[in-house]
Amino acid sequence: MADFLQQQLGYINPYYLQIIVNIGIGIILALALNVVTGLTGQLSLGHAAFMSIGAFTSAVITIKFGIPFTYNLLLTGFITAAVAALIGLPILRLTGDYLAICTLGFAEIVKVLFLNLDITNKALGLSVPAANTTIPMPVVVWIVVLLTIVSVTCIHNSRFGRALMAVRGDEIAAEAMGINVTRYKVQSFAIGAFIAGVGGGLYAHFMGYINPSDFGFLKSVDILSMVVLGGLGSITGSVIGATILSAAPEFLRFMANYRMLVYGCLLVCMMIFRPNGLMGGISFTDIVLRTLGRKPRLKIIMEQKKSGT
Amino acid sequence: MAILELNNVTIRFGGLLAVNDVNLKVEEGTIQALIGPNGAGKSTLFNLITGIYTPTSGTISFKGKPVSGVSTHRIAAAGVGRTFQNIRLFTDLTVLDNVLIGAHSRGKWNLAGALMKLSPWVQKEEGELLDLARECLQMVDLTYRAFELSGNLPYGEQRRLEIARALALKPAIILLDEPAAGMNPQEKSELMAMIKRIRATGVTVFLVEHDMKFVMGISDRIAVLDYGEKIAEGAPEEIRLNPKVIEAYLGKGAADAHA
Repeated sequence: MADFLQQQLGYINPYYLQIIVNIGIGIILALALNVVTGLTGQLSLGHAAFMSIGAFTSAVITIKFGIPFTYNLLLTGFITAAVAALIGLPILRLTGDYLAICTLGFAEIVKVLFLNLDITNKALGLSVPAANTTIPMPVVVWIVVLLTIVSVTCIHNSRFGRALMAVRGDEIAAEAMGINVTRYKVQSFAIGAFIAGVGGGLYAHFMGYINPSDFGFLKSVDILSMVVLGGLGSITGSVIGATILSAAPEFLRFMANYRMLVYGCLLVCMMIFRPNGLMGGISFTDIVLRTLGRKPRLKIIMEQKKSGT
Repeated sequence: MAILELNNVTIRFGGLLAVNDVNLKVEEGTIQALIGPNGAGKSTLFNLITGIYTPTSGTISFKGKPVSGVSTHRIAAAGVGRTFQNIRLFTDLTVLDNVLIGAHSRGKWNLAGALMKLSPWVQKEEGELLDLARECLQMVDLTYRAFELSGNLPYGEQRRLEIARALALKPAIILLDEPAAGMNPQEKSELMAMIKRIRATGVTVFLVEHDMKFVMGISDRIAVLDYGEKIAEGAPEEIRLNPKVIEAYLGKGAADAHA
């Protein structure tokens, strides 16, 4: 099976393959931030820090223990989530700009820390050995992408997800509805970090080399742009945003140094014409159901009940 | 039995004595009103009951258990539903989602439940919450709006939706902060019928309101607050004739009002 996959991937141009994997990792990170910023409404300007923690944790685990990659990723996710919960408890008491500044500071601290620790090989960066798995990395990345999309969708449409959206909407009202705002904020932060950590682990093993400077402020802003471009809170939006922004710099490469200019213009136009993001205020499920000529499940249930009584 | 009891409740904000030594009992199954001029401390009292503020001194007990110092979400989950003077809906969510959020504390499944969304246990709970939400929407005649964004509803319906959301908590007592504000006479009379229906389901109602006709027509008992102090309490008829209340509302000279 693994050999077969490897062989199939061999037919794809390695350059395109790299773009495809980058898109996958972008989607994972965008979805991670979307849980925190889109769903729970907590602006984080330092999400790359969790990617960084994930990348280095995962790399160190591979170097020191060499456990199977699935366990490696899970362990990485949980460690990153634990760090997020620890840091989230104090800083999530802040809101808005103050929280954003705090997350920004946290990301810088993580970067400086990793630039000075022996275990992360200081500023030289870390060479990451091949992952302990027979499945090729691109396939692993996309399996994780699918798993992430499914779990985040499940979170969106659940009691848990509604509580997060309530926190986003109005913290005082959420408290008055019996929602423990602090707990849900920390949980959402930890989930976002878990996913970002796993994304970081994948990045480390796909790239084979990581440096703390790869996960600086620019990376955080990149991730945030993906979420905002797609539309805050929209899963489909995050996927589309991540795809566009991961691929755009590559497709604009022929413009050499002007490509960042075009990239910037694209973002500005976007903000003018669709300020809520590409998928802002649009429900992907609704569109699919409408094309199929079906009604949403909830609507059907409500109508059945009405005619029943 | 008194479902809610306030004993010598006082709160100070710096030099301002917002609520001063208030004693109040709300009997189970009644409609209790709280009236008073602007700035009398009515909303502050609601915020004290729901745990947004902690009293400087005095105790508040709900169903015989002290609640002062307990966090807001715990008090809510224990059965204190409320609406807000300045409407606080989740405007970017549908009417149904708003009510489902109100039903939050009647469910148990958390993150694990979200990830096992299709398992029969989680489905069962979601079904129950949905039933509850539907009942609450019916109570305020908003079922036909279930899938609209709550921010798009007209003002009167937003107020009703807030009530439905508070009812989804399955509260023992519901605190309504100026439920009739900004409503026209017809909406007000509908609201009165609605509040009576709510009481008939066994929920105690405690409301703050400015509209005298509304308050007199609906309340079993009325308490009057002025400058943070309770100046009168009794049946609507007694309050209407109480000289202190008339003085607080209409004034009998500034000197007397300060006395």
